[in-house]
Amino acid sequence: MSDDPILSARGLTLSFGAIPALLNVDIELYLGEIVAIVGESGSGKTTLLNVLSGHLAPRSGIVTYRDPDGAPHDVHAMPSPMLRGLQRSDWGFVHQDPRRNLRMNVSAGGNVGERLMAQGARHYGDIRAQALDWLEQVEIDADRIDDLPRTFSGGMLQRLQIARTLVTHPRLVFMDEPTGGLDVSVQARLLDLIRSLVARLGVAVVLVTHDIAVARLLGHRIAVMQRGRVVETGLTDQVLDDPRHPYTQLLVSSVLQA
Amino acid sequence: MQGYNFAYLDEQTKRMIRRALLKAVAIPGHQVPFGSREMPLPYGWGTGGIQVTAAVLGRNDTLKVIDQGADDTTNAVSIRHFFGRTAGVRTTTHTAEATVIQTRHRIPEEKLREDQIIVYQVPQPEPLWKLEPSRVETKRMHALADYGLMHVKLYEDVARLGQISISYDYPVMVNNRYLMSPSPIPAYDNPKMNRMPALQLFGAGREKRIYAIPPWTEVRSLDFDDHPFRPINATQACGLCGATDSYKDEVITDDRGGRMFVCSDTDHCEQRRDAA
Repeated sequence: MSDDPILSARGLTLSFGAIPALLNVDIELYLGEIVAIVGESGSGKTTLLNVLSGHLAPRSGIVTYRDPDGAPHDVHAMPSPMLRGLQRSDWGFVHQDPRRNLRMNVSAGGNVGERLMAQGARHYGDIRAQALDWLEQVEIDADRIDDLPRTFSGGMLQRLQIARTLVTHPRLVFMDEPTGGLDVSVQARLLDLIRSLVARLGVAVVLVTHDIAVARLLGHRIAVMQRGRVVETGLTDQVLDDPRHPYTQLLVSSVLQA
Repeated sequence: MQGYNFAYLDEQTKRMIRRALLKAVAIPGHQVPFGSREMPLPYGWGTGGIQVTAAVLGRNDTLKVIDQGADDTTNAVSIRHFFGRTAGVRTTTHTAEATVIQTRHRIPEEKLREDQIIVYQVPQPEPLWKLEPSRVETKRMHALADYGLMHVKLYEDVARLGQISISYDYPVMVNNRYLMSPSPIPAYDNPKMNRMPALQLFGAGREKRIYAIPPWTEVRSLDFDDHPFRPINATQACGLCGATDSYKDEVITDDRGGRMFVCSDTDHCEQRRDAA
């Protein structure tokens, strides 16, 4: 394995009309680490995630992805069949709202199996065995495999989405507020699950969150964003325990102590 | 016939349809848009097929029209009569004599030859339409050969029913590239499309799409390795000719529960009875 970053971005800039969404953003991500991107609403977190994952093109700047052979690819210059191929195998995307990613009229097993079948898996028994295995890994009862997702609770939907995303063993996963909208005890279990799966599979994760506690729990490194700029980056503990930038200081001090 | 161009459509329209046909043949299984015209029959009765037939028909052609395998049902009789009057071409009910065969929902039992063209009437050309409502998205899926979703449907069938439950309009992969709807022919007919010597043309009038399979093209029905494709047919022999190797319809014969299985291909059945 090389020591080069799996994903690196240089000088990303994008504005929506007069509103700057990204200003000269640099970011690097290595295999096996979680980078948390925090900041208030409208600071450009989600825009950054969309640009990094190829869903949105920046006005300037370059995003480079390094494939398993170590060859670099410019994410926004690669042909769309290749980008789609990456998005359905090597990459994963976990949305805040699992309904955006799941097919609500397809059984849990079908949802988990879809990415396998898109990659060419054509053996029903194997697909079902893998789906069962993944449901177990995300702590969903095996006898729910043929149930429709709309009979699932919010936390189960989120876990199903994670199983569906990780079944192809992606190397790079983008997560957009994966614990948003869930109650605290469900959040805690989900965070635990994400942390153990990510550690075991060794994937690289870009995690967008507005919740400092989530960033502290999951993130190895952290990038703090304000009005489209990354104002501070570093190891999570370092940044959160000893914030340098006034905005980070404000962010850290405004967290409620339970 | 006075007042009409040969085979009803004007020559400009035929040229437009032929251009679409050439493109369709060049990209097997790919849906080509075309400017579908109003025809003197309602949508769903074969407006797409009739336009394709009109565009490929020549003065020396012999036309056969079948509807669910039968030469003698309203739709088949009307369309055959229509081209008999507007084009003055010879018409037939015998598969072997025909050079152009327009069909709704069947492929003749008799093997087709290289000098024949079969024209299918297609109600819904998009195989993914029940799974993905957006046409923009299905077009993108075809462009990127992103067909995992179709297999999800097959997976759901096996998970719920223990088998793939599609009995007609069974999706196929053409030339290992495009996912295609074979029109609502029974799954039993799907293997006949594979490496067929005849040219296969598909016309969808309401949906304004034309697609094609050139002769000798590989056509594969989707399936799983451990749940292979199986053609479905009644196990009974034909009540009229005794055939066991043809596709059968179940026909109700009276109002006291009487029923029998007969060949859906009437020409095939008659020839067998004549020979006996």
